[in-house]
Amino acid sequence: MPSQKQLMKGAEAIAEAAIRAGCRHFFGYPITPQNEIPEYMSKRLPEVGGVYLQAESEVASINMIFGGASTGARVLTSSSSPGVSLMSEGASYLVGAELPAVIVNIMRGGPGLGDIAPSQSDWSMMTKGWGHGDKRYISLCPATVQEAVDMMSLAFDLAEKYRNPVVLLGDGLLGQMMEPVIFPALSEIAPEQSWAARGKLATRPRVIVRSLYLDPAELERHVDHLYDKFARMEREEPRAETWMCDDEPPVLVCAFGTVARIAKTAIGKLRGEGLRVGLWRPMTAWPFPVESLQKAAATSDRLLSIEMNKGQMVEDIRAVIGHDKPVGFWGRSGGMVPTVDEMMNAIRGQFANA
Amino acid sequence: MNHIDIDRERCKSCGLCIDVCNKHLLEFSKDLNSHGYHPVELRNPEKCSACSLCGIVCPEGGVQVYKEIRDKTR
Amino acid sequence: MTETLAFGRTPLLTHNYMHYCPGCTHGVAHRLVAEVIDEMGIQDRTIGVSPVGCAVLAYNYIDVDFIEAAHGRAPAAATGLRRTLPPDRYIFAYQGDGDLASIGMAEIVHAANRGEKLTIIFVNNAIYGMTGGQMAPTTLPGMKTTTSPGGRDVAQTGHPIRVCELLDTLVAPVFIARGSLSSAKNTIKAKKLLRQAFDLQHQGFTFVELLSTCPTGWGLSPTDSLAWLDRNMLPFFPTKTFREPGAMPEHTAAYHPDLKVRD
Repeated sequence: MPSQKQLMKGAEAIAEAAIRAGCRHFFGYPITPQNEIPEYMSKRLPEVGGVYLQAESEVASINMIFGGASTGARVLTSSSSPGVSLMSEGASYLVGAELPAVIVNIMRGGPGLGDIAPSQSDWSMMTKGWGHGDKRYISLCPATVQEAVDMMSLAFDLAEKYRNPVVLLGDGLLGQMMEPVIFPALSEIAPEQSWAARGKLATRPRVIVRSLYLDPAELERHVDHLYDKFARMEREEPRAETWMCDDEPPVLVCAFGTVARIAKTAIGKLRGEGLRVGLWRPMTAWPFPVESLQKAAATSDRLLSIEMNKGQMVEDIRAVIGHDKPVGFWGRSGGMVPTVDEMMNAIRGQFANA
Repeated sequence: MNHIDIDRERCKSCGLCIDVCNKHLLEFSKDLNSHGYHPVELRNPEKCSACSLCGIVCPEGGVQVYKEIRDKTR
Repeated sequence: MTETLAFGRTPLLTHNYMHYCPGCTHGVAHRLVAEVIDEMGIQDRTIGVSPVGCAVLAYNYIDVDFIEAAHGRAPAAATGLRRTLPPDRYIFAYQGDGDLASIGMAEIVHAANRGEKLTIIFVNNAIYGMTGGQMAPTTLPGMKTTTSPGGRDVAQTGHPIRVCELLDTLVAPVFIARGSLSSAKNTIKAKKLLRQAFDLQHQGFTFVELLSTCPTGWGLSPTDSLAWLDRNMLPFFPTKTFREPGAMPEHTAAYHPDLKVRD
């Protein structure tokens, strides 16, 4: 029976949603601005017979995830930008060994130690750079606490569907804001997986969870197999929404996560001033929703990507749109959150040189 | 008679069994196995006491040792 | 004439041909682990964790479920296994000195400190074998390797790390011992240590370090390597049992495990 609507902080809602999705094991390490996730898990998981373990580092955390995922358990870790950087090697191993796992990244200002303010500056890391070798990860980008809750069960389902890690990509705002949420019912722990390493029964051959393929021809076949999965993800898993695009607005704003929410407010106000602006919001950073973008962009003259970074998603947009039409960028970095007025001015600028 | 069975294909002629056999019953054979090693062979099995030291030191798990069951009544 | 098998090959060793160099005692260590699992009858409840190093292919030789950890991370991966599997499972990680005492030092120290119910088998041959004989944290002073060509200079690189002694400062571990594979007698003793470690792993963290040879990396024959080990490694890495259940070493006696924060 789903829960009643309750007011909850984003980080805690994400943690509770993981438990509702059948996750009973969390391995993580403290880092602002996502500390409420491990803190909540340390209290809540024992209540449901689960395990909360604080590791000695994010490197250890992602490798505990590797061990836990090898047994078929639904395992979760969460961190923030610098910590997620440390997990990159482990993430590549999870892909190579075909292990399902969910990693939450509550992004903060970077590079380096940066700050603890909200940011979106890990888009490129999560969609292209995270870890060595040919690999991909599905990255889900919630814009509201409710969407983050819904995306958590989706993340575990997709991780197991493809036996590949899935990332929930939030920014510091999402983690800290309180919003009403409704949780799905507490689902049972995932069924045992035939591929899992749980002890060699006489009735089946040994399970070896590995990513080493010393013979290049064999590794190429393995990577091709992984890319068959990624191709299927690109066909079946892109998700995006458009808003205020019915009247074919000349300017299409592209934004994800909480920036998209600020953009909705800005667009509403600009509409009040008679300026026709629409919004395209990807809900998956990867697979990048190409068709949805092409459809939304078909009826607009110019695009403007607005992000809390120095222009990362815009590169993917330009890869799709090419030189058909101008694709502008406006953003704040360093953890500065754009205000509605600033955003309105940036969008007005698109009309000025339209 | 006690005897040992050395897996000719596993042997890498490391010689550790030869060293440990205190009766010096083991030596490299003239011919080569498929990996290009001279596998070890047992000479004079009648002197073998089936002590199993050769098996214990073999890094390849390539030695099996058989001990004769003497008929006590004789 | 009838005969019995005085010494056979355990079925827990697969039929695969081992890739180790001639005379490398990794093969002996593998056989001991396989025999212990066989004799305890726990093949269907044991999961191994292989390292990155010469023994990365351990899963080709010991016939149990395995997972292959990233370099240095076997204790963390093993922790993930332990915390998600039913408690009746036996979990061991098999690591070399580069894997455990260099890149993986944080992981081994914290797994031990948490008292993870695991058996860690630490094969110490004082060198990086797989990558071609470089200096390891356990490389001896003055020992030549491909990255200490003039001999390990302790003024620049410090001294060999005694992992058993280091872990023995921790309260949680229930079994810490160092053995050697440098002779038949020592190998027999080493197997007893491994059996003790497996027997105790459901009580807490168990650790067995095995001094081992690297003929290729040391540039010695297999026979000379055993003698070299005894002559050079034993003085620095004494083989003894450092920790057994119940015996709280004196330096931890002052700290009573039941000491709680007083509100």
